[in-house]
Amino acid sequence: MTAPILILGTGLAGYNLAREIRKLDKTTPIVLVSRDAAPFYAKPMLSNALAGGKTAQSLVMKSAEKMAEELDARILAHRQVQAIDPAARRVTLDGGESLDYRDLVLALGADPIRLPLTGDAAADVLSVNDLDDFARFSARLEGVKHIAILGAGLIGCEFANDLLARGIAPTVLDPAPWPLGRLLPEAAGAFFRARLEAAGATFRLGVAASTVNKGASGYRLELNDGSLLDTDLVLSAVGLRARTSLAASAGLAVNRGVVVNRQLASSDPHIFAVGDCAEVEGLSLPFVMPIMQQVRALAKTLGGTPTDVSYPPMPVLVKTPAIPTVVAPPAPGQAGEWTIETTEDGLEALFKATDASLKGFALLGSATARKQALTPQLPAQL
Amino acid sequence: MKSFQCIVCGFIYDETAGLPAEGIAPGTRWADIPEDWACPDCGVAKSDFEMIEI
Repeated sequence: MTAPILILGTGLAGYNLAREIRKLDKTTPIVLVSRDAAPFYAKPMLSNALAGGKTAQSLVMKSAEKMAEELDARILAHRQVQAIDPAARRVTLDGGESLDYRDLVLALGADPIRLPLTGDAAADVLSVNDLDDFARFSARLEGVKHIAILGAGLIGCEFANDLLARGIAPTVLDPAPWPLGRLLPEAAGAFFRARLEAAGATFRLGVAASTVNKGASGYRLELNDGSLLDTDLVLSAVGLRARTSLAASAGLAVNRGVVVNRQLASSDPHIFAVGDCAEVEGLSLPFVMPIMQQVRALAKTLGGTPTDVSYPPMPVLVKTPAIPTVVAPPAPGQAGEWTIETTEDGLEALFKATDASLKGFALLGSATARKQALTPQLPAQL
Repeated sequence: MKSFQCIVCGFIYDETAGLPAEGIAPGTRWADIPEDWACPDCGVAKSDFEMIEI
């Protein structure tokens, strides 16, 4: 029997890779391993599920059984991977079972970064990185009037907006001077903040929480400017770190993510990586569009046609209904300048190089209508 | 007014809200969106969307 293509992970990267493989190849066995129940759901929806009245159950688009049937694949749920033996092309699972593979794909995702908080309730701080996390989080919302969100990045701001839809007032804390600091220039950050504050959110910027203690009811946060903040619940959304330890233990090259080339191959020619755990030619982009570009290319490569992944311009939608936002940040180190145009109900920020070519943008409110016209002017990302 | 969900990435198109960022006005019916339109999150074709309950 032919050894299968073995995919570790059943998030958007793992499942969409299997789907793309099956479009090209109906016969090669595919095995997917998941540490959870392996439902198919879209992770980006976790931070805007409440407004739509979604629950952890209704976020599931397809069960593992349904996916197994559709993909004609074997899905091993609730299994942990212990080790990879690249020389033997074998993966060991918990319990000692081993699986041989023809090619192995790491679609392991990323872990939420946890701040080094002190206090007797530091372990109560929630983060929402998968469907099971979301179930725990939404179960805690009953009776909650106020929430403290650590991190004013994309996920923190999306949750802030989503919680408002449930009548919960969020206070968003971040050491950065304005929200979406890595995506927006200052003026756009100020515009974004004002709109979210008008909708009921509060921002505490330039500060960070250092301690979380149990309070009279709920929690009391100590901030590094000496002030206190009482709240009912604390949500951490300070960023992601690629899951690389399994790859590192197997002797693969890792940096911020599992290091792969444009064919998504790691330092071992039969081990590939896609999604949030992968660092493709130095780029780690934890968004859906890069994943889809990766899995389409990798499906072809695994089908016998070596194919480089390309990244067209891929603007990111920030799902904050209070202030719809689309961002295409300039590449790190790109020289140039922002120009900002503000209207009553929108803001357009364009980042142009000295030769006036467009290298990035941030479009807020009514300016989001310019996305289609501007995107083709951006350079390809890879 | 109905909603449609991308079966690849979960993106939801809500007819009531439209998609101003894509040049699609609020109230635009799914049937009136061009066939070559693609999901703004993952780039899949219109045919990869399905109707969901709202």
